[in-house]
Amino acid sequence: MSKFKKKKSNGQPPISTASLPDIVFMLLFFFMVTTVMREVTLKVKVVTPLATEVNKLERKSLVSYIYIGEPIKALQAQFGTAPRIQLNDAFATQNDIVQFVEAEREQTNPVEVPLMTFSLKVDKDSEMGIVTDVKQELRKANALKINYSTGKTDKIVD
Amino acid sequence: MSRRTAPEINAGSMADIAFLLLIFFLVTTTMDVDTGLTRRLPPPIEDPTEKPPEVRQRNVFQVLVNANDDLLVEGEPMLVSSLREETKKFIVGDPTFRDESMPEGRLTDVPILGQMLVSKQIVSLQNDRGTSYDMYIKVQNELVGAYNEVRDEYALSKFGKTMKELERASKVSETASLQIDAVRAVYPQRISEAEPKNVGE
Repeated sequence: MSKFKKKKSNGQPPISTASLPDIVFMLLFFFMVTTVMREVTLKVKVVTPLATEVNKLERKSLVSYIYIGEPIKALQAQFGTAPRIQLNDAFATQNDIVQFVEAEREQTNPVEVPLMTFSLKVDKDSEMGIVTDVKQELRKANALKINYSTGKTDKIVD
Repeated sequence: MSRRTAPEINAGSMADIAFLLLIFFLVTTTMDVDTGLTRRLPPPIEDPTEKPPEVRQRNVFQVLVNANDDLLVEGEPMLVSSLREETKKFIVGDPTFRDESMPEGRLTDVPILGQMLVSKQIVSLQNDRGTSYDMYIKVQNELVGAYNEVRDEYALSKFGKTMKELERASKVSETASLQIDAVRAVYPQRISEAEPKNVGE
């Protein structure tokens, strides 16, 4: 019968979009692999200073963050503009640090505890006083491996 | 013969679903790589009455930063840009260890190179509580940079490779990691931080 009906070729055939999902999936997997979920909502303004001799922080699961800076604009009415410490999702004082270190240690595999790093994300406009207090507390808690979070630059200006 | 074919699932909406997920991950992703200066804090003092070991003046490179972010190095005001060179001069010191203004040497066992005189240099950094963090990081950076450059130059002259190249090689070669140890033993990084002063608060 009409098994061998000739196709009418009128105009150009439509572009096949069958490979579109493949391309999108490729992108999707790329972003899924590279993504790092934001764990905390920042309550302090942190603009890290720049340095030239930086190392990359490896093993993100072994890094805990301590944020220091002045509260963000929305919270300034309530908390003022003096630099504050933020641990996890809340403001803290320096007396909470020892406890914070212990809590972080408990979440880590005991074998890997000596490899834990505490990364200080400090705003460049803060003063050293509060940073020193935090460092002294970290010493008390025997958390000696620290990292001053900085961006990378090629040249330091005076 | 009737061949029954399973009806094909329409895959046209697959792209939409994938796009939806893609946009979700695009929004939540943060591409920043965490970088920073890695330092080690001194262990807590167990016995506060115990006196720290005496260190002779010539072995100490004193760096002071005040609350106005001014730098005082060995009693002389200085700009951050020249700190690195001065620190390098001090770390390398006098190769004969006779110069009274430069650090003394001590016989030390160094891997590969055997026993040799190693400088007793210590860089002492003291800041004020009012020093800005930005300035503190700059100074720290220059001090670490000075050590890195001195080590690089030494590694290049002794083993023909920079520290970075040695570190890359150390993953496969035992000698390279020994060479790294040797360079580190000759120029140990000693940055001592004194308790900050509290002036002008």
